[in-house]
Amino acid sequence: MADCQETLNELHRYLDEELSADRVEEILGHLKGCTDCQEAYEFHAVLRQSIREKAQRDELSDGFLDRLKECFGDEVMGDDPTDDSDQGPNS
Amino acid sequence: MEAREKFTNDAMQYAPQLFSTALRMTRNRADAEDLVQETFIKAWRSYATFQEGTNLRAWLFRIMTNTFINKYNAQQRRPQETEMDEVEELFLFRRLGAFDQSKMTQSAEDQLLELFTDDEVKNALEELPDMFRLPVLLSDVDGFSYKEIAEMLDVPIGTVMSRLHRGRKMMQKLLYAYAKERGLVDESLLSPQD
Repeated sequence: MADCQETLNELHRYLDEELSADRVEEILGHLKGCTDCQEAYEFHAVLRQSIREKAQRDELSDGFLDRLKECFGDEVMGDDPTDDSDQGPNS
Repeated sequence: MEAREKFTNDAMQYAPQLFSTALRMTRNRADAEDLVQETFIKAWRSYATFQEGTNLRAWLFRIMTNTFINKYNAQQRRPQETEMDEVEELFLFRRLGAFDQSKMTQSAEDQLLELFTDDEVKNALEELPDMFRLPVLLSDVDGFSYKEIAEMLDVPIGTVMSRLHRGRKMMQKLLYAYAKERGLVDESLLSPQD
């Protein structure tokens, strides 16, 4: 089982979901019995959630999505890039 | 289905997320709209090379990140040492985490969720130097894996991890400054070695 220092060192990799299943189990094992580490993990998990939600709350300008759709319209972009009908054996 | 229709159907759903990240990258609404537009134009042009079944969202973010770095000559260099004052890993937790001594209760959790305003979080992200801002945005906000971020920034995974590490510490420091400004911090509660 991991100790406090080890557990805290893995905090971000844990939240990033970059740890192996075995490692996750060791960390969870430690957290079960250690309120201090548990609090630190919960604090950072909530902080991360808060950052994620707040940093994505941006209103789009009126008509932006429509302008966006037009910008890759056939009229502007010319031929369909996925149309390879005249380019040999793959067609 | 016609390719353009398919591209529109599949890709447009990511426009709001791309826009938010573009806004944090460029820090400016007009530039962010241009960046997203350029991303979609490039994506549509090379849509034939996109492999069906792979991650379209990651592909779009990769195009946008590349475009941002090239267009704005985003500094991938290390900022001056003065900007990099180190803080401890649990800097913010040690100062703000003790809402409830026994356990993080539901109300303490809600309190933390609402502790910082949208603008404070956005400003803190935007204040990070490019080199740290990009990985922090792509990970903390957009939830990409280290491997995906490494591909987007064209750097090794170890570099992504160390930049995330530094960037997140800076982020904690910036958020703490906002909390202090608003009088949310009672520094007399901190132990002397802090």
